[in-house]
Amino acid sequence: MTRDEEPSVAPADDPRPTPAVDRRRFVEDALKACAAGCPLILAVMRLPAAAAQRPAGEAAYDPAEHLYGMGIDIQKCIGCGRCVAACKAENDVPLDGYHFNTWVERYVIDEDGDVTVDSPNGGFDGFPPPAAESEIRRTFFVPKLCNHCANPPCVQVCPVGATFSTPDGVVLVDEQYCIGCRYCIQACPYGARWFHPTKHVAAKCTLCYHRLVKGLVPACVEVCPTGARIFGEVEQRPTPLARFMRMNDVQVLKPHLNTRPKVYYANLDGEVR
Amino acid sequence: MKVPQQVARLGVVFAAAIAALLVARSFLVPETFGELGHYRAAAIDSIAAHPKKYAGHQECAACHDDLAAKRAAGNHRGVACEVCHGPQQAHVDAPLDVKPPAPRDRGFCPLCHAYNPSRPTGFPQIDPVAHNPLRPCITCHDPHAPVPPAVPEECSACHGQIARQKALSHHANLPCVTCHQVPQQHKVTPRVIRPTKPAERAFCGRCHAEGASGPAEAPRIDLAAHHPRYLCWQCHYPHYPETQ
Repeated sequence: MTRDEEPSVAPADDPRPTPAVDRRRFVEDALKACAAGCPLILAVMRLPAAAAQRPAGEAAYDPAEHLYGMGIDIQKCIGCGRCVAACKAENDVPLDGYHFNTWVERYVIDEDGDVTVDSPNGGFDGFPPPAAESEIRRTFFVPKLCNHCANPPCVQVCPVGATFSTPDGVVLVDEQYCIGCRYCIQACPYGARWFHPTKHVAAKCTLCYHRLVKGLVPACVEVCPTGARIFGEVEQRPTPLARFMRMNDVQVLKPHLNTRPKVYYANLDGEVR
Repeated sequence: MKVPQQVARLGVVFAAAIAALLVARSFLVPETFGELGHYRAAAIDSIAAHPKKYAGHQECAACHDDLAAKRAAGNHRGVACEVCHGPQQAHVDAPLDVKPPAPRDRGFCPLCHAYNPSRPTGFPQIDPVAHNPLRPCITCHDPHAPVPPAVPEECSACHGQIARQKALSHHANLPCVTCHQVPQQHKVTPRVIRPTKPAERAFCGRCHAEGASGPAEAPRIDLAAHHPRYLCWQCHYPHYPETQ
């Protein structure tokens, strides 16, 4: 086809019959119909959501009645690492040395005041005696876990709303909604979050939420042989934690960050970070 | 009031865009998102549905009430069954098919009871190399009701250095409780509950002040004139008072 053929084709289509509805009115009507139909479509789409409310069985557990926290007594921790093993078994945490919901650190402060912190395999296999015992000034174990902050930086930075605080004060990760961007892992000042190597989502301590809703304590609290971990509710509810906080001078980790943790430590040494 | 034509047209375009956004949003935003906050409320249910592996010691006691009663009366009363026997929800679900393991070798008990200086003082610890080598712990100890470790009556069991030094000093015949009041709780949590120290000069003065009724060979000083701003033990070491 050459360029000079085009004008000869176009005028042939020109004398079209005038339609009953012109183009302008058609577009107007179509847009109006769309606008009117939208609420209808939305209403239809929301129907299954409204129909599938909460299952009836969970009426027994009301999150609004709870606000969970944990107490840790440094003076009682023997560093056996049973909490670490129990947590890994209960929550299907990979059994390598890099992924922990909870772990135990050993602080060794020598005569010069130098602090050494180690946590071989998170304390999973217990702790061998420290290298040079003669130079130790003081030494103790510090179990750590997600602090379930009331003001959690990890939730603040999540770009999609995949991590959140539940009404009962537990910080959780929505595995199906997490995009694996790792912002929350960077944001956590306590190093409590980790990246799941096979699921490719952020993972963390859930405070054994699946046990809480059944009225049980977290697995680490269940197996702690010396009662160094105390589980209960904050805010003056009559639980073991309330007694623990009344009987001890409790501290939280990194209070200056204003994260307002709900994991409280008793007999905490000033060197613990 | 007449809406200008160009505004009306723009309004139609905006309305269409907003409608498209609403439709797209209803497809893209999960059903329960925003119900409780900026997250999917259904995620709480899926996390709560995670199966538990640790049954809890209450479940164990439902069948093994004899062992539970024995444990509750013994020194392992705070140690839940699944600390040693592992997660046993499977055993609860099928008691005959799944049998819980019991650690019977020497490797397990030292996880808690091997000597480690980082453990709290007073926690019962042994040296697993020297403590009856090669014999399984359960030959002597019943793990459901271990023999309570005897708390030493003598202060020297823990404070050996002080006891040896005092034995050579002029204070050798004074029992520790002459000067220290030792709360019973000190034997349980030694670093938290501490013995008292003499808090006033008059206490030492009962033997060492001029005209005191103590033994004649005890040196006497004038309490009022002899460095009255200090407690005696801030300069003198009472466990070995001969030192300067």
